Amino acid sequence: MNMVDARDRGGPRQPLLTVEGLRKYFPLRNALGTVSAHVQAVDDISFTVAKGETLGVVGESGCGKSTTARLLMHLIERDAGSLLLDGDPVGSGGVSVRDLRRQVQMVFQDSYASLNPRHTAVAEIAFGLRVIGHRRAEAEAQARQTLRLVGLDPDQFAGRYPHEMSGGQRQRVNIARGLALNPRLLILDEAVSALDKSVQAQVLNLIEELKQRLNLTYLFISHDLNVVHYVSDRVLVMYLGKIVEIGPVDEIWRNAAHPYTRALFSSRLSMNPADRVVAPPLTGDPPSPVNPPSGCRFRTRCALAEPICAAVEPSLLAAGADAAHAAACHAVQAGSGHSLAGGMTHAA
Amino acid sequence: MTEIAVLPATAHTPARRPPQRGYWRNVLKRFLRDRIGLVCLMVLLAIALAAIFAPLLAPADPYRTSMIRRLIAPGEKGYLLGTDELGRDMLSRLLYGGRVSLSMGIAPIVLSTMIGGGLGVIAGYFGRHINMMIMRVIDVFYAFPSVLLAVAMAGVLGSGILNSLISLTLVFIPPIARVAESVTTQVRNQDFVEAARATGAGSARIIIEHVLANVTGPILTYASSLVSVSIIISSGLSFLGLGASPPTADWGLMLNTLRQAVYVAPVNAVLPGVMIFLTSVSFNLVSDSLRTAMDVRA
Amino acid sequence: MHLYILRRLLYTIPIIIGVSLVCFSFIHLAPGDPINSVLPEQASAEVVAQIKAAYGFDKPLPIQYLKWFSNVLSGDFGLSIMTRRPVLSEVGPAVAHTALLAVSATLLSFLLGTSLGLVAGMTTRRVTDRSVTAFSVVGISLPHYWLGMVMVVIFAVKMRMLPATGMGPAGADLTQFGIEDIKHLLLPAVTLAMIPTGIIARSVRATVAEVRRQDFVQTLKGKGLRRPRMFLHVIKNAAPPAIAIMGLQFAQLLGGSILVETVFSWPGTGFLLNAAISTRDLPLLQGTVIVLATFFVLTNVLVDIVQTLIDPRVRRA
Repeated sequence: MNMVDARDRGGPRQPLLTVEGLRKYFPLRNALGTVSAHVQAVDDISFTVAKGETLGVVGESGCGKSTTARLLMHLIERDAGSLLLDGDPVGSGGVSVRDLRRQVQMVFQDSYASLNPRHTAVAEIAFGLRVIGHRRAEAEAQARQTLRLVGLDPDQFAGRYPHEMSGGQRQRVNIARGLALNPRLLILDEAVSALDKSVQAQVLNLIEELKQRLNLTYLFISHDLNVVHYVSDRVLVMYLGKIVEIGPVDEIWRNAAHPYTRALFSSRLSMNPADRVVAPPLTGDPPSPVNPPSGCRFRTRCALAEPICAAVEPSLLAAGADAAHAAACHAVQAGSGHSLAGGMTHAA
Repeated sequence: MTEIAVLPATAHTPARRPPQRGYWRNVLKRFLRDRIGLVCLMVLLAIALAAIFAPLLAPADPYRTSMIRRLIAPGEKGYLLGTDELGRDMLSRLLYGGRVSLSMGIAPIVLSTMIGGGLGVIAGYFGRHINMMIMRVIDVFYAFPSVLLAVAMAGVLGSGILNSLISLTLVFIPPIARVAESVTTQVRNQDFVEAARATGAGSARIIIEHVLANVTGPILTYASSLVSVSIIISSGLSFLGLGASPPTADWGLMLNTLRQAVYVAPVNAVLPGVMIFLTSVSFNLVSDSLRTAMDVRA
Repeated sequence: MHLYILRRLLYTIPIIIGVSLVCFSFIHLAPGDPINSVLPEQASAEVVAQIKAAYGFDKPLPIQYLKWFSNVLSGDFGLSIMTRRPVLSEVGPAVAHTALLAVSATLLSFLLGTSLGLVAGMTTRRVTDRSVTAFSVVGISLPHYWLGMVMVVIFAVKMRMLPATGMGPAGADLTQFGIEDIKHLLLPAVTLAMIPTGIIARSVRATVAEVRRQDFVQTLKGKGLRRPRMFLHVIKNAAPPAIAIMGLQFAQLLGGSILVETVFSWPGTGFLLNAAISTRDLPLLQGTVIVLATFFVLTNVLVDIVQTLIDPRVRRA
């Protein structure tokens, strides 16, 4: 953040990424091939990612985290909503998809599947550079530099195939591939989830270090709350395609407002007894995203559910003292009609 | 009547565990260890070399007829393999016949691998509507029994080597396209393709640099298993009088013209079939060992 | 599952329309003016115009196709140029003759193929296993028309045991079937059965070997189950794919017996096709091909559906 990026347009106060009303429904076809229903993977979500921050995204599998990441990368087309990259709309008239992909890169979860089994590390990293117009020799020289940047000795690793490397090494190559294009935002989609704990720590440290050195902004997707706590500045909690809570990481950890967030914490094992939140743990599976519950989508598993929760969908409103903290729950929104709302706090 | 209808179902999926370093060198090593495959490969090489060097090896002019020397039994009067119904030297004709028969067995597979493989990869990569359009047309041609389609096409277009080549190519495009489509669809859904798209690369580039490297192996193995069928069907077309035209030396056509002589000189009459069988069985076994050698799990 | 079957059935409609389009295009793919293929020799200009109008050659192609296809749907395949009789009345008996041959060959290959495959799969003796494998490779690599010739040489020319060509006096009428008919049927049926036998044997062997390796069979073995009972389990698992392959092979034989029919002068569809090609009788050719291809498509669908019913694992989304 201290350095000034030549590509910076709106200054530090303008979010690097602004997401407005993003939506993606996947059509479901029946046996006759006609669309019978939709999976509401991501339903009308809005948030911003500030320059230089790490925004953690948490939620159970299937809540729409990865779909969101792919929508941001334009790997799948959004049904509705808009993206602003440093103030410029992405798509028609604004930033082209091509430019978007130079500024936003992604690291995938499965370090094995996300590397071409027939490409060496250096070829894999150089590919993107050749796509943007570098000649092969030039691209490979730069790719070797990037390998060094992620802590792999190019002399040793440049010529290796994916199966000749460990999971941690492969994930470093994946990170290098993303960084080679010199992006401003790096989306890490469960990037360390598949790694052993010890390797995970090393890669996390690398990620932290790179962020400082390269002036990066991260969108860090993970289902592992401890990891998210460690790397994130702010946290976004998703449930069934919706954002249920968002706020600074410490605020969320201390004063989680949404019953779902609190349930997530209670299902986590904490070393510190003081951290343990008293809330009923989550039971059962989330309802189907094909026919999500009316009103609040969490109400079917929520201990605080009341008729209002089925009738009205809660909106994401300020919760607690911190202005940056917001939750979508009737129980904490004064005047919502929920019996617990209005003056009562829920922090344990 | 041939096995092409069954194979696509069991056709190989790209190995989830990908190859070791120097994959092709490994395949070669494993292939060389397979004795049956090796012997068959040598048989094929011998047949191919004999066909190529037929002018040097043939003891007589394969086209010189002789009314008085018709249907001489093998080994008699200086004819190692006897003579045919027009008194032409069988050995020479069999040597020369390999030229047409081998090329007519292999060329359709080469062509249909390029066309069918290309269509299948495009359909598999792009999916959705493009897949629909390509694969539905493929399905229509797949809805004909292979021999029927070959015979009907060749029959409609008229006899001749070129028409027979066209018909056979048409017959083998659908099965190869299907296999190519299915392996490409699997590769296409892997993260590394998505990662390549995330760099902003165009489809053509991703197909050439990322997809092809992972699908050519399975497609080629499958195609190689069809060469044997192609040899049988193309000789069959000649046998029906739809392929090479007389007096060309071609194994299938020789079987056809010698058919009437089956009562008089049975050994002479079945000789060309021995060549077809030998070639086809060798291709089959070589293709089998190739598949085993490429299957890393084995 | 019913939806899957329904979809599978519905999907045959566009396929058959596509098949009909291909068959329709035959007339226009043939070298020369399509009209020549249906003209009597030395026709006067008047006759030419008459026929052109009758066949609709003066109309644009889509109209021609629609007219032709609606005729085909109502069973009118046109007149054979060679015999001047309706194509359908030529194709009908020929299909019956071919079906007789194909059914016999399929049954034969199923019996032979499954037994060989079971023997090879169940045995622990390498020699037995190897010989069956070798046999099936030979089976699928044989040019069957040539095998037919060899059979004729051995059984008809040398040993004089069986007739070399033709069909028995009863034709396809099974009620009249006698020893003479069986003798005629034997050589072509065995010849035709060769390839499917190899394929079925190979597949059964592979399935049996795989089933035997599976945990539950090992468990049964561990429980001290006797061999015959184990055999039963293996068969239960190996049967669905074998039946499916049999069905698919039957479909292939139906349309692929042309070469063998030619060798044995069997008066089936292959014979008809051959005649149609050599006399350039395009309506007859079209009719034969479209009938055979339709049978082929329907058999394949049937196999698919039967397979879905007996083996739930094959069901696709």
